[in-house]
Amino acid sequence: MSNLIVAEREIVVPGQELAEGMDFLPGDYVIRDKDKLIATKLGMVNVSGRLVRIVALNEPYLPKRGDLVIGKVVGVGIGGWRVDIGWPFEANLSVKDATSDFIEKGADLSKYFNYGDYIMAEIVNVASSKIIDLSMKGPGLRKLGPGRLLNIPSSKVPRVIGKQGSMIGLVKDYTECKISVGQNGTVWLRGEDPKKELLAVSAIRKIELESHISGLTDKIKEYLESKKDGL
Amino acid sequence: MNDITKEHLLDLFDKGFRYDGRKFDEYREISVEYGISSRSAEGSARVKIGRTEVLAGVKMEISEPYPDNPDEGTIMVNAELLPLSNPDFESGPPGIEAIELSRVVDRAIREGKALNFKKLCIKKGEKMWIVMIDIYPVNDDGNLFDAASLAAMAALKDSKFPKVQDEKVNYKETSNEKLPLERLPLSCTIYKIGSHFVVDPCIEEESAVDSRLTVGVLENGELCSLQKGGDHGLTPDDIDNMVEIAIKKTKEIRKAL
Repeated sequence: MSNLIVAEREIVVPGQELAEGMDFLPGDYVIRDKDKLIATKLGMVNVSGRLVRIVALNEPYLPKRGDLVIGKVVGVGIGGWRVDIGWPFEANLSVKDATSDFIEKGADLSKYFNYGDYIMAEIVNVASSKIIDLSMKGPGLRKLGPGRLLNIPSSKVPRVIGKQGSMIGLVKDYTECKISVGQNGTVWLRGEDPKKELLAVSAIRKIELESHISGLTDKIKEYLESKKDGL
Repeated sequence: MNDITKEHLLDLFDKGFRYDGRKFDEYREISVEYGISSRSAEGSARVKIGRTEVLAGVKMEISEPYPDNPDEGTIMVNAELLPLSNPDFESGPPGIEAIELSRVVDRAIREGKALNFKKLCIKKGEKMWIVMIDIYPVNDDGNLFDAASLAAMAALKDSKFPKVQDEKVNYKETSNEKLPLERLPLSCTIYKIGSHFVVDPCIEEESAVDSRLTVGVLENGELCSLQKGGDHGLTPDDIDNMVEIAIKKTKEIRKAL
């Protein structure tokens, strides 16, 4: 006889028993100890069919193919650039993936992207040997201009973006800010009006803090509405 | 500090806004907590300025006076920039920032004549009290100088002499005698970013600073110490302005003590 000890969406801590019996299977951050399922990370329980997994409240960023990330140029070589995307190994951006301009052999690549520049790029390949290839060819992929950089845990990025970009669209509509969110948790934003920009920052921080609450989009809408008059 | 944030920050300053929306001469909320470690230290305090948090502790020891001041006690200030407070801080021997921080705090207390050194002497030429002030930032969100100076003064205010039995210090018991604290010098650091004067910067603003001036001020508005930092120069007019702001602002900080 198998039964679930915790409820769906309950917050659990490492070591907590989640289920008894062999009918449930351990998913992300869950291990099996004899006939019990045990949590290994702080997070929220998610049960889908027989699979019990934990959506961690905080986890390190793991690069995946197709992710749009914001990275910092930390190296300029002869064939491309090295980019820090917030995990232990630097990513590569080769000349052919960086621009559609014709670049002559031996040209000074720092004219395009220099040390300390921030870029929005797409991960096109993740090899098992920790080699990550980036590309700048795609809509919205560019060198970032002056603006604020915020760091949020990468596990909260989906909440900040929302379903089909609903959450970030809401913040953009109310604050008239330009906002770019990288899957690696780096957020770039700039607003013409400094007060609205600060409102956007506080809204993103609020989403980050309350990411586990359901109906968050409505709450954030209420929050932005209440602060709108003060601008 | 990355260039894109700095450029944006300077743009905001020109529009008359700080990075976190405060006024140019506005401090974050200051709180002081006394006696946070009363069992292990003779005096201690925790100071928070916004999210910046600094602990200070006072320990006392009996030693032989220096030959050039046989009738005076002394103080020693030590600051350690803990790696947990800021990712840029490394563990190991104190670097130039930690030494500067401790010396600026030391100078305000010493030159402001906060403690009556003569009263710290127990027997001329033979015995004196050394007051050791240790400063530990727990979280660095900018403006460690002012937080450290306030924490050091608060810890001194909290301190009591330990009991002396048979010429030995018994650290387990304290006497009710407070330190001979006669004046309360506090420092206020004014930062110059572009053409703007700013007090109490957050960490992003602090890394965009061109130059800074730490001014130690006594209760009556007298100056007792100065320390200039940063790569850029200051004109005499700049310094006049900064000192004026410091005198005004220390009155405000003093209320928290």
